[in-house]
Amino acid sequence: MVRTIEATRPISESIPTPPKIKVSLKINGDLKQLQIAPWTSLLDLLRDTLDLTGTKKGCDHGQCGACTVLVDGRRVNSCLTLAVMKDGSEVTTIEGLMADGKLHALQQAFIDHDAFQCGYCTPGQICSAAGLLAEGKAHTAEEIRELMSGNICRCGAYPNIVAAIQQAMSAMGGNS
Amino acid sequence: MAAYIGTPTSRIDGHAKVTGAAKYAAEFNAPGLAHASLVTSTITKGRIAKIDASEAMRVAGVIDVITHKNRPTMASRDKAYKDDVAAEGSPYRPLYDDEIKFNGQPVAVVVAADADIARFAASLVRVEYIEDPFVTDLLEQRDTAHEVERPSRPRGDAEAAFAAAEVRHEADYFIPTEYHNPMELFATTVTWEGDGKLTVYDKTQGVQNVQRYLVSVFGMKPDDLKVVSPYVGGAFGSGLRPQFQVALAVIAARALERSVRLVLTRPQMYGLSYRPATIEHLALGAKALGPLEAVMHEAIAQTSEYEDFNRNDVAWADQLYKCGNTRYSHKLAKLDVSTPSDMRAPGAASGVYALECAMDELAVALKMDPLQLRFVTYSDREQNADRPYSSKKLRECYRQGAAAFGWEKRNPEPRSMRDGSELVGWGMATGVWEALQMPLTVRIVMTANGHAEVSSATSDIGTGTYTIMAQVAADMLGLPIDNVSIKLGDSTLSESPVEGGSWLAASVANSIATTAEAIRKTLLGVTKTMPDSPLADAKPKDVMLADGKIVSKKDASRAIPIADVMRAGKLDRIDQKAAAPVKDDGKYARNTHSAVFVEVRVDEQIGVIRVTRVVSAAAAGRILNTKTAHSQLLGGVVWGIGMALHEETLTDHRFGRIMNANLGEYHMPVNADIYDINCFFVDEPDATINPMGIKGVGEIGIVGVAAAIANAVYHATGKRVRDLPITIDKLRRD
Ligand code: FES
Ligand code: FES
Repeated sequence: MVRTIEATRPISESIPTPPKIKVSLKINGDLKQLQIAPWTSLLDLLRDTLDLTGTKKGCDHGQCGACTVLVDGRRVNSCLTLAVMKDGSEVTTIEGLMADGKLHALQQAFIDHDAFQCGYCTPGQICSAAGLLAEGKAHTAEEIRELMSGNICRCGAYPNIVAAIQQAMSAMGGNS
Repeated sequence: MAAYIGTPTSRIDGHAKVTGAAKYAAEFNAPGLAHASLVTSTITKGRIAKIDASEAMRVAGVIDVITHKNRPTMASRDKAYKDDVAAEGSPYRPLYDDEIKFNGQPVAVVVAADADIARFAASLVRVEYIEDPFVTDLLEQRDTAHEVERPSRPRGDAEAAFAAAEVRHEADYFIPTEYHNPMELFATTVTWEGDGKLTVYDKTQGVQNVQRYLVSVFGMKPDDLKVVSPYVGGAFGSGLRPQFQVALAVIAARALERSVRLVLTRPQMYGLSYRPATIEHLALGAKALGPLEAVMHEAIAQTSEYEDFNRNDVAWADQLYKCGNTRYSHKLAKLDVSTPSDMRAPGAASGVYALECAMDELAVALKMDPLQLRFVTYSDREQNADRPYSSKKLRECYRQGAAAFGWEKRNPEPRSMRDGSELVGWGMATGVWEALQMPLTVRIVMTANGHAEVSSATSDIGTGTYTIMAQVAADMLGLPIDNVSIKLGDSTLSESPVEGGSWLAASVANSIATTAEAIRKTLLGVTKTMPDSPLADAKPKDVMLADGKIVSKKDASRAIPIADVMRAGKLDRIDQKAAAPVKDDGKYARNTHSAVFVEVRVDEQIGVIRVTRVVSAAAAGRILNTKTAHSQLLGGVVWGIGMALHEETLTDHRFGRIMNANLGEYHMPVNADIYDINCFFVDEPDATINPMGIKGVGEIGIVGVAAAIANAVYHATGKRVRDLPITIDKLRRD
């Protein structure tokens, strides 16, 4: 029993959805030409359209940080970002952090310090931490805690996350 | 033999998790995948009068709107909806009929070609209801609560002993409704395999539980439906029972004969299960020097109208303190809400919170150090059945915890310790949980190239199951850990219960050992047929597997490479399946214990509370992985901080609707809330509990933490707040 009702629905009466808009985005180094509905968030674009499911959805409302990615080097909540607004931008997701088949210092540090349990907040934590390192604002554990507080970890790995970020900071020659 | 067990081995699934390769339920794909979005009830109780989906159906890209009127057939008997861990009663049936039992109940499933369209169209579905009167406030139903069980038989005469006690303390404590809020949204992707066969990727703690539930609800053949869940983005008990999204996704897939994904929104997850709001009444009587004369503990918890969910809130004093006169009672108040469920240390997190705050208040009344009171009342025998413990190193937890914390420097006077504008308070509490083992079957396939695949239909909800399975198997089979691969989270694998109650580590590890033993026996059997075998007269107990060899325990020079044995026996692979026997003759009490010490700092002017230091010392038998077990304790402490200071569900009882059903307003700890946490395990060998001496560590970390914080807040401020969470306003109240 396939109950597709298209046949019974006169096309003229249908409520149209917004027309798609042409956007080009460089995602993890790949230039993508895309047709995107204006209501599509960058998060849904990544997960649903591009199958880059490393970026997670925890709330869709900017309240948890699970969807954090880097847009032009800055960390943003991709659920609060409409994809069409980022035309021409460079997006880096968790899938794009490895270089030459090697883990990013943060990725390795997260494993070393057991800075996750279920792993669901982890891509967001790592992208957020990468953004944090680039900002250069955090020097002490207290500053890291404060500036990583947009990323909830329900498993409660916080102290290990701070330790991992400190390890990556020194590995990358930053101050910690 | 123990190259891996007991070491801080990093998670074997770590690489997948830090690279985004680990796939969770909503991340599996299928050709022609349709997306579903829910319409949920805006009333609390009554009936659906009418659903008008015509406007939603006119949205381009909408495939169907499914309601109780046009859903596929579902079972009609209650029994079909009872999953392995169902509460007593008549389970809620998603989309079954027009009856509304709780606010946020799904009433329609909108399916569209893409998720945005489904979501938009769902907003256009109009539902009319006939509303009935309802009650959602526990305090209002307190007096109608019914007794559900005798958690532990009464001993002595608690009433009389309490009345006659030299020092008494009696009070009500309150735990609000709390939500698990795992970071992953509840989600299911159903892939339509043709011929009505389904693969269901679900967020669950028990793939076989969900599989059996779906097969029975939809009257399917067991072989036609499998449930897969390799990674679970946290669950904490919320994934023990099949949740409504899985039934709804299957309804949509069967109705449309295509693959469907349904991801709940965060607010919709507040229609799932939760830790029930509970009033805990405690009455403690003691002699002037401390020994307990009477313990009375009554819990009144909320449940739904249709199921009675209850856990042991009240009998924990039996596991901890010597006392001859006790009375326990557990009552349930039925409300027009969804059924509560297990949430990290169900029963204990709430009940021990109240007990341990009451012990602190008793210590104040006795003018005694609270730690001293724990030593005075310490029990070496479980009180109710008067039996010994398989092991109980709680005294060591108290000692080592106190030493690490510096407890002896505490000034007992409230408000006596300060640092600048902050009042400093030190508090402590005890934690306790059960140490359980369940029947679980493990399959090991060992191949001649020295590789082993170890599998069971269990799950890893972040607890580290993958890793401990690999460690135990590597040690038992004498292989490097990289040569062991683990398969779990698939209902077609060998029998496993749901992952919960901290029982999985003991269950799976002992079963791996049992299965490995069967492999060892097979190999030894082959060695007997080999010419000049150095193990010709060896018995199974005399040999072990190590470094890729089968070797005599007495004389390491008597060894044969496993590969040679397998070649000699013409075996490409050895395939064994076994379950460790689960023995509990009731002779011993089986528990984990902990001692928690906390420092809080309370801003004297504003009342902001910070938990600046926590020491948690736990006794939990043999620790398989010191790194991941430490993380479990740590996570439990963070949960305890949330429970004490942040977490609470606020319902507008005029509408029966939760007002803070989102992560912005349901507060949970963030990184800036967490300071110094020192958790560790005290050594606790246990030769009785199970062959490997494992007790489990998932729950013990949270138990007692909220009490220790509440006690520290009292010590800092002189103010006793008994209703959680302890917020600034409550510190100001008269
Ligand atoms: S999913 Fe974007 S902040 Fe939660
Ligand atoms: S690792 Fe589970 S939410 Fe952070």
